[in-house]
Order: sequence, then C-alpha cells, then structure tokens
Amino acid sequence: MGEKVQRREDPRLLTGNGRYLDDLGRGALQAAFVRSPHAHARIVDIDIADAWELDGVEAIYTWEDLPGRVAEPLPVLIPHPAMTHARTGYCLARDEVNHVGEAVVMVVARDRYVAEDACARITVQYDTLPAVVGVARARDGDRLVHDDVPGNVAANLRQEVGDVDTAMAAAPHTLTLELAIERSACMPMEGKGVFARWDADDGSLRLYSSTQTSTGVRAAVAAKLELPLAKVEVVTPDVGGGFGVKIVHPWPEEVLVPWAARNLGRDVKWTEDRREHFVSSAHERGQLQEVTVGFDDDGRLLALDVHFWHDNGAYTPYGIIVPIITATQLLGPYKPGAYRVEFWSLYTNTVLVTPYRGAGRPQGCYAMERTMDAIAEHRGLDRAEVRSRNFIQPDEMPWDHGLMFQDGRPLKYDSGDFPASLAKLKALVGWDDFAAYREQAAREGRRVGLGIGCYVEGTGVGPYEGGHVQVETSGRVNVATGLTTQGQGHQTILAQIVADELGVPFDDVHVTTGDTRRMAYAVGTFASRGAVMSGNAVALAARVVRAKALRIAAEALEVSPDDLDIADGVVSVKGAPGTSIALKTVAVMSNPLRYAFDASAAAATQFAGTFDPDTPPVGDDDEPGLEGQDFYSPTQATFANGMHAAVVETDPVTAEIRILRYCVVHDCGVMVNPMIVEGQVHGGVAQGVGGALYERMVYDEGGQLLNASFMDFLMPYASEVPHIETDHLETPSPLNPLGIKGAGEAGTIPVSAVIASAIEDAEGFPIRSMPISPAELWELRRRHAASDPHPVPVQEDPR
Amino acid sequence: MTRITVSVDGVSCTDEVEPRMLLVHYLRETVGKVGTVIGCDTSNCGACTVHLDGRSVKSCNMLAVQADGHEVTTIEGLAKDGRLHPMQVAFHENHALQCGYCTPGMIMQAIDLVGQNPSPTEDEIRHGMEGNLCRCTGYHNIVKAVAAAAGAMSSERSDS
Ligand code: FES
Ligand code: FES
Repeated sequence: MGEKVQRREDPRLLTGNGRYLDDLGRGALQAAFVRSPHAHARIVDIDIADAWELDGVEAIYTWEDLPGRVAEPLPVLIPHPAMTHARTGYCLARDEVNHVGEAVVMVVARDRYVAEDACARITVQYDTLPAVVGVARARDGDRLVHDDVPGNVAANLRQEVGDVDTAMAAAPHTLTLELAIERSACMPMEGKGVFARWDADDGSLRLYSSTQTSTGVRAAVAAKLELPLAKVEVVTPDVGGGFGVKIVHPWPEEVLVPWAARNLGRDVKWTEDRREHFVSSAHERGQLQEVTVGFDDDGRLLALDVHFWHDNGAYTPYGIIVPIITATQLLGPYKPGAYRVEFWSLYTNTVLVTPYRGAGRPQGCYAMERTMDAIAEHRGLDRAEVRSRNFIQPDEMPWDHGLMFQDGRPLKYDSGDFPASLAKLKALVGWDDFAAYREQAAREGRRVGLGIGCYVEGTGVGPYEGGHVQVETSGRVNVATGLTTQGQGHQTILAQIVADELGVPFDDVHVTTGDTRRMAYAVGTFASRGAVMSGNAVALAARVVRAKALRIAAEALEVSPDDLDIADGVVSVKGAPGTSIALKTVAVMSNPLRYAFDASAAAATQFAGTFDPDTPPVGDDDEPGLEGQDFYSPTQATFANGMHAAVVETDPVTAEIRILRYCVVHDCGVMVNPMIVEGQVHGGVAQGVGGALYERMVYDEGGQLLNASFMDFLMPYASEVPHIETDHLETPSPLNPLGIKGAGEAGTIPVSAVIASAIEDAEGFPIRSMPISPAELWELRRRHAASDPHPVPVQEDPR
Repeated sequence: MTRITVSVDGVSCTDEVEPRMLLVHYLRETVGKVGTVIGCDTSNCGACTVHLDGRSVKSCNMLAVQADGHEVTTIEGLAKDGRLHPMQVAFHENHALQCGYCTPGMIMQAIDLVGQNPSPTEDEIRHGMEGNLCRCTGYHNIVKAVAAAAGAMSSERSDS
C-alpha cells in the first residue's frame, strides 16, 4: 500500500495482447443497424426486401419481430419519486423515433461489410415531427418530445435547508448569475460492443460486453430473454475506457445481440463504430442555471438559491442521478447559509444524457465557483480569500448539509482539510506573486489571468462490492471482485492491497474483475468507487483468509494464532522465524482429500498422517479450502476534495486561449498507488480541458448532430493539453478500513470553472457560458467594448 | 477478389481480399493481428497506427491491396526475442497507459517520431503525437515516456 508499484496489466497491453471486445469472436456473424436519420418522426413503413437479396445476410429484424419482453421498453434503472414522467426507448424503435441515431432495424450478416451493405438497401419511411433541441426550447414547452409529457418535464425536484427567503431578504448584498454549460461526452477510445455465444445443448448464454457492470448486464439480459440467471454468464474483457457511458445497461444491442445469437444458433457480435457512439450512446453536461446569492460585507454566504434546467435527452434510463448530483455537490467545500435548489430535468430530441466522468459535478462546481468569483469581484476581495472564509473547517467534520445525496443517504462529509488544501494550491501556483507576473506580462503586451476552482466529490457510494480471495496449493493467490475495470489499474491496486493484508508477494496475487463466473454479486464501476468499494472488500476477504490460515497453522505448529505472523507467503512464530510453515502448505492442509492429484496434495489425503478420529475432517463451522469472501457495504459515501488553479494567456488580437500552467491539489485520503492516482488526475484534467475549450455537441435546429466524428468534434490531442503540476494531501476517510476515498473523476470536475475564472481574470469581464472558443471570446470582447455584454452579466439587486 | 502478399511482422502472408477491404481489417480479421485496434472512422485517432516499410501509417486509411508487396510491422512484432522495445519499456515505467486502447498506435507513432527526431523537446513530442488520441492519460505520462525512450534509444545506439 502507498507505493508506486508498476502496473500488472501493462505487459499484455503494451504488446498488443490486450483483448478488447472486438478482438473476440473471430468468425462470428456481425450485426449492423439502420438508425434514424431524423430527430423526431413517426415510422410509416420499413421495406427490407432489397436487403434480403444480398449474399451473406442471415437475419433482418424490426420491432415487429421482437418477442415478449424483448419488445417491451428498456428498464428505468434508477427510479425516483420525483421522476413522474420516466420514458425509455425500445431495443428497436416501435412507432416513433426520438433522436437521430435511434436503432430501427437490425441486420445480421456474414461480416460487417455485408451487414452495412444490407442496411444501405433498407428503406424506412418517416413522417417527421417538430424537434425539440436545446434546454431553452425544451423549457418553453411549446413543442413536446413525448406527447404525454407536458412541458417536457421528466422530473422536478426541490430541496431546501433553512429559510432561504428570509435569509436572502436579510442579506446586505445579493447577486444573480445566469449561467450556461454545454454538452460533451465520455468518448472512450473503444466504443461499446457485445459478443454473444449461445450454447444450444446447454441452453445457456455467455455474453461478453464492453461494460462497466457485468452483473447488471447479466440480470438485465436474463430478465429480457426470460432465462434463469444460472444460464447466463457475463464476462467483461479488456475495456478501452468507459468514463460513465458504459454503466448504462442494458443498451439495446446488449439485448438484441444475445437474442439474435439464440435465434440463429450462431455466435453474433456487434462493435460500435465512432459515428454510432456519437449518435446512439450518451452525452452529458448541458444545463442552464440561475443562481441568486446573498452575502455579507466580508463575502460570507448567507443564502443560496439555485434553479437549473437539465437536458436529459430523449429518454431517462439512468433516472435523474446527474441533476441530483449537480444539486447537492454544487456546495463544494462551503457552508452556504440557507440553501434551496430546484431543478427541472427536460426531454429533448437528442441523444440521451447519462453520467460522464464528474456526473453533474462539473456543472455544480461551475455554478458555485462562478458565484464565488462574482462575490469577490463585488466586494473587491481576493478570490481565494472569499473561498477560504466560506470553508467548512476541519474541526467541523463530519459536516451534514441536511440534504439527500445521489445514493438516497445524507450528504454528510466525513473528512477533509480545506484550508490546508488551499494553502498548498496557493503555494504551488504562486498565488500571491501573480500580480507581479501579470504586470510583467502586460509590459510585454501579453494578457494573462489566474483562475481557481474548488470541489468536493462524494465517492464510493454503495450499496456494496464483494471480494473473494483464494490461496492455491501452489501458493498462487486468486482474487476476484465483481466490478469491472476500464484502465484504472484495478488488477494492480487490488493485488497490492491483498499482498499487504495477507502477507504474500505481490507477484503471487492475480486479480479478476467483471466476470460473473467468479463473483456473482457486484454493482459496477462508477462514482469513483472502484478502489473504495472493491479495495475494502478484497481487504476484508483477505483478512478472513488470513485468520483461517493462522488458525490452521497454529494447530499444526501447536502454538496460539496470536503468536503467528505471515510474511512473504510463510506463516511463522513471531520472534522464532525457524518455526514456520508455508502458506501453500496451509492451503494443502485446509482441504482434506481422498484423491491426490500431485505430490503436495498427497499430504492432505486420508492415510497421510495423524488426525483426530473423533472430529470430522471438515469441522462444523468450517469449509474446505484456504479461501474467503467478504463484502464491503458503507453507510454512506466518502467525500474526496481538491482545488485547481490555472494560468491562461489570451491573445489580445486573435482571442486565442492558451493554458500556461495547470496546478492540482488533490485529497483522496490514503493512496493505494500514488502513480495511478496521479494518472487518474491527469486524465481527468485533460477531459476537463476538452470540455472547457474544445468539445461541444453541435446540434442544428432539426436535431442533426453536425460534428459526429473526431474530424469535427475537437477532442484534445497532446498538443492541446497542458503540462499538469500536482500536489497531494492525504486526509484519511474514517468510514472504511483502508481510509481511502475515490479518485477517478476528480480531475475533471472543476476545470470549466477554473478556466472560466482565469479567462475572466485576464479579460476583466464576466464569463457566463462554457465551453468558450476563441471566436466566442472575441465576440464577447466586441460586445463588452460596445458595452453590450452578453450573455447577461452580474446584476446587482436594485434594493 | 484480389490476391495480395504482405509481410506482417516478418511473416509473409498471401490472401485473396476484396478490393475495398481496409488494411486494418485485413490485419485484424484475415491475419488475426488484433493487437492493432480501431478507434474512429475518419482517420483521426491513430489507434490503428502500424509501420509500413518502417514508417508510421494509419492502417484504417489504406486499403489492404495498397500494402501488396510491402512490409507491415504491428505492435505485435516489436518485441525481439522476448525483449520489449525501449518505447514499450518506457510506456510501462512512466505509466503512459491506462486502458491501453490507444497504446499500440501511440507506441508505433512514437517510434517513428523518435526515428525522425532522436532527441525531441516536450513541445516537439506533443506536436509529433498530434495524430493520436488518448482519452485516459491526459498525455502527460505519454510525453514523459517518449522523452525517456528517446534517451534510452540513443544510448542503445551509441552502445552498439
Ligand atoms: S482507426 Fe485509424 S485513425 Fe482512427
Ligand atoms: S490509455 Fe486509454 S485511450 Fe489511451
């Protein structure tokens, strides 16, 4: 624990021996889909005759062909009482399509080339309907996405702590900010994919999916296909990134591909191409926000009143998790005074919206941090100082905000030292020296700005994860946990944890993730929960195994278990290392045998030695084997935090925006592997930079996504991402045995807020809409110079 | 169908292919070199990068028939006698990969980059890797790894 151990997964990935979804099932039939070219339309007719003419076409399916539960709408995964109008799509569109990219016809063919040729020969006639695009249009409610959802409102939720109206009325100063933030998307380098193998003799299904939850897919597919759970196994191969989009399940293809495999009695595979990923997976981030804040002369918050409108796309399979997170995590490290938040989650005729790394937090952080900067500007105070005056103090932990978090449990911070984090950040970026740097730059004709953003992230939400640890008679230690892995290095960090807990060499520990054959109970990889949940679960399981090993060894060595220790795979008497027994020998002894399969096993057979004839070979409370299982299930999330600062330069003529420095201070409790934590932070920041300066989903009025390729969607290359400077604080979580907090999403959360803050500082006028391009900055300058600033700037309440 | 002969990782392969088949599909589906992966459909991501006669190309941007008579090296052909290429070692030591999906392409491109410019600056590395997307690492450690490998490769050359 705590060491920069090199990754276990690298050797195979570095040599082309990783196995991602599309690398499996060579020779399988391949699926392709006819997808809607319209954002909103009724399907009038589907003509597939021409496609059947092609050699190599094995099947063509429309909704009419789907049986039983496969024909029913996809599940609402996370119901919520406030979600009065949940709507989900069908595996294949039934009568109506609600976004460009919705699957309408499935073709299965000899290979993808033939399948695509067949798709091109299928004609679908549509009656187009008016499309609802953009939050503002959805909010108007004059056009509807779903006829039976008035105002396009999927959900409306309000939470209030304290009396906001009274506190606001009493506040010496108030400000109102109108803010906007646009859509981006996870964009893992590997898209989704499904490969199904139906065993007709056994009546069973093996499904491989590039998913963030194999147990979730298993349960959902078994339910849809009406198969016993025992006849479905789901295996997650190497996954080429997830970032949230692969936690949604079952995707239509996850149901259709195994269903087709069973129908045809053949292996069937579908691999999402990039355009499909743009138009038929999921996006996130789009919100309009209105923040009203009341504060005193010193910039201390007295009342905070937030309304926001969240674009949830065409359907709500993942419920309202994203806006709930925005509403709660908006508060960051601050005490808001009285707080009220109300949101409307709105349908639009666009790709559905589900969590993308940060999952609503970037929007919340953006709202809060823009507000902090506005208060500082209004009071003429240092921006870091205003933040610091509003911090929850370390001795006030645990801090209960009195709100309900995304897991249905209280929003209660467990630990954190915000003043210490801020001090580190100020030192790292040189906060106090920046004024001099700015003057120096100005003398050179350069325009620079410094930005800051702070956040708190609830990580490691329940309900639970499990760990299974088994010591083989060879000394090999097998570890299994059910959640999946997409690059976070779980095979390394979980092995580190088990090696430490059990006292065995790291190299002997082998970790399996996301395979329902090895661990049938699991939730999934999301909410920065991998290390917290599975880390603690495997630690607990390792402790079970350790206790059992000590008990067996104690009997053999005729000492008390308390006198024993395990190190390097050997159990020995403390202070008398000569008296010892190898753990692999303990494994032999733990499993009384009738049949010997090798020399070591012979030692455990019935004529091998002495035993007590009056006790059974396996005791009443015992089980054979040196293995153990345990589950970690916390009462609540553990809250990590961090603070970022950036120095940007804006070109006085072209308005080009360059990040000169990017600094991160991050506190995720005890770090299992600091190298991996830093890697997570780097990757998160890069995605944040993309979302702040380059990435957006450009929909036209008719709901066409105009930039659905890497040619037009500007995902950053190495040339756009700055060098990242990091520092860490380790404030252990009191909530779990290892003291760890999640780290996966953190890097992304404050970046839009930080960059907006820095550009505002450089330019001297407010930034209220992100992302921002040079053209938009140039336009803002022009308007500002003509004193027609737009969008709406800070407005002082006239009182 | 067209008959082509391509040397892939030192092994000569002769196959009948459709004229429209992309080189990357030929490598993956016909030859079975699934270590080279696909990340886009517009030749922007570089995940499919291989070497053609020693220089990097995006194998989704070429037809298999265009490789007829040429030598292709993929990520699977880099290690020699079980010894990893210095670029592979540097990626491992610098934690320059997470999910690993971009990694084959990154490594093939980085080797070409260092071949052209044996001691690149950070800026030259960032621009030289501009055709390769990574969504996991933020490039930070990739840039470090390429610099480290450049150092190792030049000392290897001077040693021999
Ligand atoms: S797959 Fe070749 S460049 Fe993207
Ligand atoms: S390591 Fe995942 S895309 Fe680069």
